Amino acid sequence: MTHPAWDRAILALSLLALDPGGLGGVWIRCRAGPVRDRLLAALPSPLAQRRLHPDISDTQLYGGLDLTATMQAGHVVRQDGILAKAAMLLLPMAERTPPGLAGRLATALDEDKGHCLVALDEGADPEEQLPPALADRLAFHLDLSDLGHHDTAEVTAPIPVEPFEMAKADPDQLKELVLLAARLGVSSLRAPLFALRAAQRNAVLNGRTKVDQADLVAATELVLAPRATCLPDAAEDTPPPPPPPGDTAQDQSDPGDVETGLPQEILLEAARAMLPPDLLARLASGSGSRNRGGSSGSGSKKRGNRRGRPLPSRPGRLDGTNRIDLIATLRAAAPWQTLRRQQSPRRSGLHIRAGDIRVRQYQEMSDRLLIFVVDASGSAAMARLAEAKGAVELLLAEAYARRDHVALVGFRGESAELLLPPTRSLVQTKRRLAALPGGGGTPMAAGLKTALDLAGQTRGRGLTPTVILLTDGRANIALDGTANRERAQSDAAKLARTIGAQGLPALVVDTSARPQAQLKELAHTLNGPYLPLPRADATRLGAAVSAALDP
Amino acid sequence: MTVFPFTAIVGQDEMKQAMILTAIDPSIGGVLVFGDRGTGKSTAVRALSGLLPQIQVVKGSATNACALEEVPEWESAGTELVSAPTPVVDLPLGVTEDRVTGSLDIEKALARGEKAFEPGLLARANRGYLYIDEVNLLEDHIVDLLLDVAQSGENVVEREGLSIRHPARFVLVGSGNPEEGELRPQLLDRFGLSVEVGSPTDIDERVEVIRRRDEFENDRAGFMAKWDAEQAALRARIVAAKAALPDQHTPDETLKACAELCIALGSDGLRGELTLLRAARALAAFEGAGSVRLPHIKAVAASALRHRLRRDPLDEAGSSARVARMLDQVFGEPKIAAVGR
Repeated sequence: MTHPAWDRAILALSLLALDPGGLGGVWIRCRAGPVRDRLLAALPSPLAQRRLHPDISDTQLYGGLDLTATMQAGHVVRQDGILAKAAMLLLPMAERTPPGLAGRLATALDEDKGHCLVALDEGADPEEQLPPALADRLAFHLDLSDLGHHDTAEVTAPIPVEPFEMAKADPDQLKELVLLAARLGVSSLRAPLFALRAAQRNAVLNGRTKVDQADLVAATELVLAPRATCLPDAAEDTPPPPPPPGDTAQDQSDPGDVETGLPQEILLEAARAMLPPDLLARLASGSGSRNRGGSSGSGSKKRGNRRGRPLPSRPGRLDGTNRIDLIATLRAAAPWQTLRRQQSPRRSGLHIRAGDIRVRQYQEMSDRLLIFVVDASGSAAMARLAEAKGAVELLLAEAYARRDHVALVGFRGESAELLLPPTRSLVQTKRRLAALPGGGGTPMAAGLKTALDLAGQTRGRGLTPTVILLTDGRANIALDGTANRERAQSDAAKLARTIGAQGLPALVVDTSARPQAQLKELAHTLNGPYLPLPRADATRLGAAVSAALDP
Repeated sequence: MTVFPFTAIVGQDEMKQAMILTAIDPSIGGVLVFGDRGTGKSTAVRALSGLLPQIQVVKGSATNACALEEVPEWESAGTELVSAPTPVVDLPLGVTEDRVTGSLDIEKALARGEKAFEPGLLARANRGYLYIDEVNLLEDHIVDLLLDVAQSGENVVEREGLSIRHPARFVLVGSGNPEEGELRPQLLDRFGLSVEVGSPTDIDERVEVIRRRDEFENDRAGFMAKWDAEQAALRARIVAAKAALPDQHTPDETLKACAELCIALGSDGLRGELTLLRAARALAAFEGAGSVRLPHIKAVAASALRHRLRRDPLDEAGSSARVARMLDQVFGEPKIAAVGR
């Protein structure tokens, strides 16, 4: 007995065999293993299969001068790129695709040259995914990660079909698909277009010349359901990306329903059966795929402001982005000189071949900036400030090894102030922190805003900012300086949401005698850990911060 | 390769307007298109190449020189003038600096031992468009380089023993999804117009998008023929507007209105006013108005100003709403006074 997901996957591949270029390709989420091997065996092959890898160079993609062959031959040798001819592009480890490659592949798919991309996503966490720009351009999204070998069956690659007449879809059917996409909260217009194409190809596959209900159901299952961002019946009360889908969809579909025998309901049923049961939970927790920050599974590129630690050089090709390690190259070539001289006695000088070339590698570490946002209000201000100062100095003392910069924002009275601009200098810090005032209200929103601005600025300079909020109480001064507790708290929550949405790592240290539920909530909004530390001294604070930041 | 006809794009009027305006007056600067995926951003940019009027270039010139005396001395171009399509050049993410600015021509260096310059993307985009998809993910050093060239209109290459300069005047078109990253304010400011696109919320409009696309895929030649007349008409209007641009009269009231609006919005610098005025003038020329009036300003204000406002993390309405609010405030009641005087 095969699993329904497996049957759908096979259907998707058969449709792909009909028209690889038109459908763009397929995104297969599945770890490497027997299930995937079986599926790949069924990959249609009307096109040549080419394998890519996430670090593929431009020369390999687009073609260009073959430098090493040219050097050997003495005249210009060009090589064709992978993208020159329509091909079925296999992209293993697709979740690690850097944005640059994703952009190039997206352009290639847009060009209508007939490319077809099979993205093999081996991501383990929901966070690791194919870049959305690419996923949007692939018709089929298959998730086979829960399948075992017994759920599958042996399949053979579908045979490419002879030129065929494309099945016709009437305008009502087109409308059904568009409506359904809107009700499922799929805002991209590529989705209904792919659904239409899939339905047409499915009709061809079944020997029909007109698209019928079964084709629409298949298209819904394969194309629309995996992209759903909201449950169809929840469309009325949750606001999904296209604002009024629920209402307009219902109003406008009513007359159509009567004539065509409620296809909308049948399609919805098909989609609902496919939706992951935890869809709502995912959306509520905000960790759904579309809410991800800028990071992709590839890990953000380290943009250090220093060149970084040299790593051992390794064999490689000179593609204009890397530098040759001359000594290592010569060392690699040295043992072969005698042999090579015997082989080609006419050439003088050193004999260096392509395989000898070693390229330099660096490991760049981006510097981290710890922004301490310290509550300097009220009675406990002095003690807390002193602790914060102590922690800042302690962290700075080990900053050189950890590549940390620190900054300190204090908030008290009616506003916040940048007390210590980002620095690594212990001397400067000590001087600046010597006299800090305290007392007054708690303008937490102002403090968070200053931190947010600072984080934005420093990000542009290649630092990785982290916000650490030290406080014991509730916000009671709003952003505009008025003493309005309610507004102050909603302002603080809004800013916390902004910080969380920007993907800034954050940490809330609660220094009050009794842990406060409100601060815990704030930490949740900030998407960061919550540390209750009553009577924290500088050493414990420093240790706790280090521990929370380096899991 | 046939591209989807520009005129067949459903809706997205603001984006289309912005692109037409830059085609009329390239000095407006670039266009930034921010919006969700699958809203026709890339389609519109690629469609531009099918819409824009042809330009006269020196045959074989890598920098698309418009006259013989404009050809840089390092180029081996022909001597005759030919007409060529306006270049629309893609700048892919992760591109190397060499590819952008141009570098030593390795082929010539190896084969003939000559030190020659191989022009890069900036040379190819001269007098045309440079398109960056996912511009917010572009690496910083490339951004810096582009800013510099876009500002000066000239590309200077000093590397590998080469010392080359050539004109690089292009309209920068960037697109991206704001969820994936912000753009630095310096780069934002360099784009003349910015447009926010969203998926159409009207079901009929969405259906129309899919229908046209489907029609296009099924019968390209037929679809192109069907839209040919409209394409030609729009092209003719652009050419006519280009010619009429210098004749557009700008009354003092209009200038004052520009300044008032920018002050009310607190936009940084004077670039906002200048772009607003240029865009309004291009629109006036496009509509054959003869003089730049308040309705023109109003029609382009959001595109010209929304990306120049200081960011306010608490204003959840977004900058488009702020511009609209200010437009109402500034032009709401004193409108009659401003025009009547």
